[in-house]
Amino acid sequence: MTARIGVVTFPGSLDDRDARRAVRRAGAEPVELWHDDASLHGVDGVVLPGGFSYGDYLRCGAIARFAPVMRQIIEAAGRGLPVLGICNGFQILCEAHLLPGALARNAGLHFVTRDVTIRIENDTSAWTRQYRAGQHIRVVLKSGEGAYMADPQTLASIEANGQVLARYASGNPNGSQRDIAGVISEAGNVAGLMPHPEHAIDELTGPSADGIGFFASVLQAVAIR
Amino acid sequence: MSQDVAAAPRARAAQDTVADAAATPERAQPFAALGLTADEYARIARLLGRRPTDAELAIYSVMWSEHCSYKSSRKHLRQFADKAPATDVLLAGIGQNAGVVDIGQGYAVTFKIESHNHPSYVEPFQGAATGVGGIVRDILAMGARPVAVMDALRFGPADAPDTRRVLPGVVSGISFYGNCLGLPNIGGELAFDPCYAGNPLVNALCVGVLRHEDLKLAAATGPGNQVILFGSRTGPDGIGGASVLASASFGGTGEGAKRPSVQVGDPFMEKLLVECCLELYRTGLVIGIQDLGAAGVACATTELAAGGGTGMRVRLDSVPLRDASLGPAEILMSESQERMMAIIEPGHVPAFMDICAKWDVQATVIGEVTDTGRLEMSWQGVQVVDIPPGSAADSGPVYDRPAHRPATQDELLAADPGRLPLPAAGRDLRADLLLLLGSPEGGDKTWVTEQYDHYVRGDTVLAMPHDAGLVRIDAETGLGVALATDGNGRYCQLDPYAGTQLALAEAYRNVAVTGARPLAVTNCLNFGSPEDPAVMWQFTEAVRGLADGCQQLGIPVTGGNVSFYNQTGGTPIQPTPVVGVLGVHDDVRCRTVSGFTAAGASVVLLGDTRPEFGGSLWAWLRHGHLGGRPPAVDLDAEKALAGLLAVAAARGLLLAAHDLSDGGLALALAESCLSGGTGCVIQPPADAAVFLFSESAGRAVVAAWPDALPDLVSACAAAGVSAAVIGTTGGPALELTGLFSVPLADLATAHRAALPALFG
Repeated sequence: MTARIGVVTFPGSLDDRDARRAVRRAGAEPVELWHDDASLHGVDGVVLPGGFSYGDYLRCGAIARFAPVMRQIIEAAGRGLPVLGICNGFQILCEAHLLPGALARNAGLHFVTRDVTIRIENDTSAWTRQYRAGQHIRVVLKSGEGAYMADPQTLASIEANGQVLARYASGNPNGSQRDIAGVISEAGNVAGLMPHPEHAIDELTGPSADGIGFFASVLQAVAIR
Repeated sequence: MSQDVAAAPRARAAQDTVADAAATPERAQPFAALGLTADEYARIARLLGRRPTDAELAIYSVMWSEHCSYKSSRKHLRQFADKAPATDVLLAGIGQNAGVVDIGQGYAVTFKIESHNHPSYVEPFQGAATGVGGIVRDILAMGARPVAVMDALRFGPADAPDTRRVLPGVVSGISFYGNCLGLPNIGGELAFDPCYAGNPLVNALCVGVLRHEDLKLAAATGPGNQVILFGSRTGPDGIGGASVLASASFGGTGEGAKRPSVQVGDPFMEKLLVECCLELYRTGLVIGIQDLGAAGVACATTELAAGGGTGMRVRLDSVPLRDASLGPAEILMSESQERMMAIIEPGHVPAFMDICAKWDVQATVIGEVTDTGRLEMSWQGVQVVDIPPGSAADSGPVYDRPAHRPATQDELLAADPGRLPLPAAGRDLRADLLLLLGSPEGGDKTWVTEQYDHYVRGDTVLAMPHDAGLVRIDAETGLGVALATDGNGRYCQLDPYAGTQLALAEAYRNVAVTGARPLAVTNCLNFGSPEDPAVMWQFTEAVRGLADGCQQLGIPVTGGNVSFYNQTGGTPIQPTPVVGVLGVHDDVRCRTVSGFTAAGASVVLLGDTRPEFGGSLWAWLRHGHLGGRPPAVDLDAEKALAGLLAVAAARGLLLAAHDLSDGGLALALAESCLSGGTGCVIQPPADAAVFLFSESAGRAVVAAWPDALPDLVSACAAAGVSAAVIGTTGGPALELTGLFSVPLADLATAHRAALPALFG
């Protein structure tokens, strides 16, 4: 049986369609989840896609964090459900305290769309097990508030615990501390990534096909789980 | 929530009713302050058989404005229809919100470009942002899903202090709105010239996709059907003109009557509105739909009723307001963003409301369609409007304004660039290449384009810095559309007829180099005041040039926009028609890129090069010279070149193809080296300056594998396109044998320096 991966659409989500396409390309069945849903419809994993949920009003991700579907996701994540937040999804997961740290305005104060190389640091998580630690992959960064920030203790602890998922390896595009492009929860099932792997699944429309590994990884993780 | 606002007690003076208007014909009205002439005011009274009410005057003043009525241009724009080539690709043409073109496989696309020049100078961020929002709603109103945007931007000198206010504001406004809306920005233009210092040009293009059967028209049909206004509430945005009425009616004169004149955009609301409309369309409930742009409710109601040949009864006090103090005239004229109007059968209203509620979009029934042929509006129980809708929408004045070729035109043509000293020594040619490459005009535009998301929706095959944007429509078949916009104020200043055809030819060629077949044309005609006969001459020449050019190329004009009054004092901008060409790509997987991505391919120059420097970037940047004739136009040669490029792409003969335009072969080679990361070695002919910097039209530089070269050469011969092998790709530099060599790293440094140095 194919894994079913839910992709949440909040009002203002933009990359939900792309995330579903990446899920399908990896061989899983994408399931549309609506922000208002009171159930996760039995999915095996969840992607929170990029975009501007609720128009980024108040603060990126601050309102989406209270959407009804998030209650289900927070609970399921506690039970080990794989969850990946991409860009705005990463911001939502930080706001929901499923991930440590926060995303701040880019150092250059401008929105940045750029093909970036990131280095995979943790290759054991549910979302990265098809990569090797140290592997460089080419993905798309497109964000205005992508600077990863955390207090010194948090930074020290995520470094010590192996919770840094990936780092920018072709220059720091947005002022992220320690070049951090993505982090993972202590349990290893909830991941947040600022660049977009779903925009790098095909060389025709992206800088590479390297990003498919995130979605292939979760298939493998779900099969074992 | 709207009901609360509508029910809130308001202090207001008595309204000017239809009965009042009939009873007090002598009452003076501020028509001149609203931009109407005495003749136009008299025309309204003749049409109505009485003076208009204040609310009616508001409707006519906006509907008969140059912006909405095309009163100075309409007579000339007819040529686009009169000279339209025979074609079966047009599903809807000029006069609709946007033209609709059949691209095969049951798909159609709709596209249009529109100006937001004046608001963008007053308030660059919101002006540019709402420019994007407005054109997206035009596309949405045709029943299409918007899939990409582009922007053609022109500013004063890049180093002028005011450009540092306007350019970053415009770019962040476009970035803010387009990115949040989730539409990839796939290209456009960025140009600088002193003539745009007080009149920047911000032209926004949107393209949308629909199935043939999903086409929607702006027509209110079926008496008894309900008129629903949905989206944002109506506030006091963009109603400078209505404030005149407000202060006249209320007796106010001071600052209190002043309203903000530039609209404020909310891309989040627009995103909800887009998804909400598309879901409504899928239900098949929508009988007619119209976006609210310039002239807001006044325009939407008159055009829907006129389009349906019906009447409409509207209760203006049902319109949900953001500012409870607005009166009927202000509600009619408000340009509040993110609003649409739909016509729905009464029984379908609950289903309509459910979908709006799902998307958190406020929707309100404000009236119904009638069979009276009258547009009637009430406000708090009194009738304030009673007009034939066609009189506002279609019966506006049409002017045949005087047009005279100015005497200065001869001096301009006589200033022959042939007298300019051409560089011959290698170091001089190299210096001129780096001058062009390092200029804001010829340099890298990443500082701007990096602020735009071109990846969202996952179907962008080509975007900046390629010649055209290319978007996949169908992932199964590879069907896609290519789009490019071009304009060249310098060429048009020298010869508006030829200059406009050169803009058309360049956009056509930019689409063709990707391997797409050019199919249809949109345009945004940016000019000075139509009341200046010299400007009017430029305008008539440009329109004639475009209509003739499209006829010769066999591609119809599907719609467009005119922006007049782009002038500071008595000095107009250079005539700047911006031409957008849309092409269809049968399989985007066979697209041709512009960069040299591998070594060992032959570099082939297609087309003929003549010593043509009139209006060229080289003459302007190197000598500050603008004079003589622009490059010769040969549209048959353009057609042959485009046909060849499509064949070559389909047969996989090309590694790369890049259009030659501003800066000639020199800039094209440098760009292909930089975007593909591979150098080239070129063997120049004796007249290297002409070879490198001439801007002869109808040319492209391509790279082909040696084993494909015989095929390419014979295809060129068959198409009647001259082809010269001028070098080979490879190596760490752009090298012109015997003249100069510039390492790619130095080329990149020069190319990338200009905009970041100026704008941070």
